Amino acid sequence: MPAKSKQPVFESWGRYPKVDCHVAPLFWRDEFPRGTRLPPAVLAVGMGRSYGDVCLLEGGTLLSTRGLDRFLHFEPSTGLLRCESGVTLAQILQFAVPRGWFLPVSPGTKYVSVGGAIANDIHGKNHHIAGSFGSYVPSFELVRSDGARMVCSARQNTDFYCATIGGMGLTGLITWAEVQLRPIASRKIRYEGIKFSGIDEFLSLSSSGNHVEYTVAWIDCISRGRNFARGIYMQGDHSEIIEPKNISREPHLAVPFDFPGWVLNRTSMRIFNELYYRKQLRHHATRLIDYEPFFYPLDSILHWNRIYGKRGFLQFQCVIPWRYGRDGIVAILETIADSGLASFLAVLKVMGDRPSPGLMSFPQPGITLALDIAIQPGVTFPLFDRLAEMTRELGGRLYPAKDARMTGPQFRAFYPQWRQLSEYRDPAFTSSFWERVTGDA
Amino acid sequence: MRKHQRRPSKRPWKLWRGKRALPSKIVVFGATSAIAQAWMRLLAPHGASFFLVARNATRLESVANDLVTRGAAAVYAETADLDQFATHPALLERAVSSLGGIDCALIAHGVLGDQTAGEKDFTLAAARLLTNFLSAASLVTWLANYFAAQYSGTIAVISSVAGDRGRKSNYIYGSGKAGLNAFLDGVRNRVDRDGVQVLTIRPGSISTPMTAHLPQGPLFASPETVARDILKAIQSRRDVLYTPWYWRGIMAIIRMIPEWKFKRMDL
Repeated sequence: MPAKSKQPVFESWGRYPKVDCHVAPLFWRDEFPRGTRLPPAVLAVGMGRSYGDVCLLEGGTLLSTRGLDRFLHFEPSTGLLRCESGVTLAQILQFAVPRGWFLPVSPGTKYVSVGGAIANDIHGKNHHIAGSFGSYVPSFELVRSDGARMVCSARQNTDFYCATIGGMGLTGLITWAEVQLRPIASRKIRYEGIKFSGIDEFLSLSSSGNHVEYTVAWIDCISRGRNFARGIYMQGDHSEIIEPKNISREPHLAVPFDFPGWVLNRTSMRIFNELYYRKQLRHHATRLIDYEPFFYPLDSILHWNRIYGKRGFLQFQCVIPWRYGRDGIVAILETIADSGLASFLAVLKVMGDRPSPGLMSFPQPGITLALDIAIQPGVTFPLFDRLAEMTRELGGRLYPAKDARMTGPQFRAFYPQWRQLSEYRDPAFTSSFWERVTGDA
Repeated sequence: MRKHQRRPSKRPWKLWRGKRALPSKIVVFGATSAIAQAWMRLLAPHGASFFLVARNATRLESVANDLVTRGAAAVYAETADLDQFATHPALLERAVSSLGGIDCALIAHGVLGDQTAGEKDFTLAAARLLTNFLSAASLVTWLANYFAAQYSGTIAVISSVAGDRGRKSNYIYGSGKAGLNAFLDGVRNRVDRDGVQVLTIRPGSISTPMTAHLPQGPLFASPETVARDILKAIQSRRDVLYTPWYWRGIMAIIRMIPEWKFKRMDL
């Protein structure tokens, strides 16, 4: 009885583009490659939390790693965890927090797999100090479609190690990985929220708060004039007061269905942004909060991507190097504000200069801006094309894990090292993203 | 020795002894099955000890590593072909001596198999009945005698809703499970008075490697849900567990359909 629904079997988090692909779940590390019946084109995929098409493969087979969810070893004296690649960061936290350990790098959602975190070399609020996730993965096993199994680390198979970190899953299947956790004394975060208006205030807050472990800023990208680029600068670090570290509760709230397209419009966005700015009454607020709302505010509502409706949404994340950083971000924000399109969670952060072992790693020193915008026919795409072109002119780059629009020439300008990656790419592995940005080269 | 142990009361109003403690010395057959893994993960953080039996050595090793990492006190693993009944007593005795006694057994091995192939070639069907019914029955027999002798213990067996009524799409699997259900009812009737719990677990459609090739409908549940239900049923000394809960209603309706109608349906 074949499924008759028209829904694609697998969607990325942005729900755009929608492609036809087959999903083959993996449950054991020895299941791939399974003898002779290997499909012609495959791509490993974990939780599918990338926004665009790096985790999709039109007409191909997605090897779902969600069944590879076993912990293999944990060293309580050093905090080194070895686990299978489908283990999610949420599962790691549930395991590690009661034992007094925490993730070295936390992205905006904990529902990503370790394999995906390596493949996209994810970053978090501590990038300016800690760098990206790949720096905390001492070794992993890579399985190629010809059956070769390689343990990759900084000493062993170094070329594949570097190509796989940030390699968008194209070098083969990661079956297990080691993650170096960091110790914590408490679940709590010493949080500080400071209101700012304008990029210059944001930059001075960033440079004075450079020693704080986690920093990020929410920015209102709708308002113009007096309120242009106002926001809340949020920083925090782990509380050092020793406290019991309980297991987090699973969220119970979920968005049950796709919202109709008119729910998110300029007015509702403006109201949201106004309320979010006014939520914090004082100019400067400090308190002790749990790590869950600090790191993963959106994870408390499952399926929040449904509020963008059936058509889905695009995420834009660029990093602009310091040379053009301030003026470049101002120009991009002005373009977004002038476009009339609205985003309700735009995020600004300063990225540090700690290098990643990854060949294709996205972060570079500078300022990064991330925001999401619902897809409206005829309006959203031209804006994104314009923003991508501006990013290129400013010497920045876009984040493949969050992209669905960049063109081949743009990608190759952002990542001139792409040819090296294509040498290490597994011939059976590809993605819709890779076909899109290298197909015309 | 037996005389000094107190037999549980036969008076029904005294049978309820509250929620029981979690099992701690556990033997699991088919330890690489998805439901068994999810269930063991619930118990490992509480420091339970496990004796695992499965066919594939490398897979068994990853399951064992997972449980040790999650906090299991001790994990012993052994590969065995459970179709060989003659090896069962020795295997179980090794489990008892490794763990220093058993207080709970989960029988989770089984094969779905290809229905149409079994219709054409009965040897395939017979092999499946052997695995799904006879090998489980052999293990249950030994365990029931062992637990009855110590006046305590839990035998949890994963059967299936498919055993409630034979259907043309999977009656080879279903009839094995139906035989198992009747066998467990009988064993329960025999050893309940010795303080032994026999739990028949009847899961509906669960997203596991066994069903990965089937289209996943809205009624599919996760192995984690089933595992939580099993643990609750063990703690509250249930006899038959339908999981997720809505399968009790679905199967009640399916059992009610008169046979003259049922035989013409496509199920």
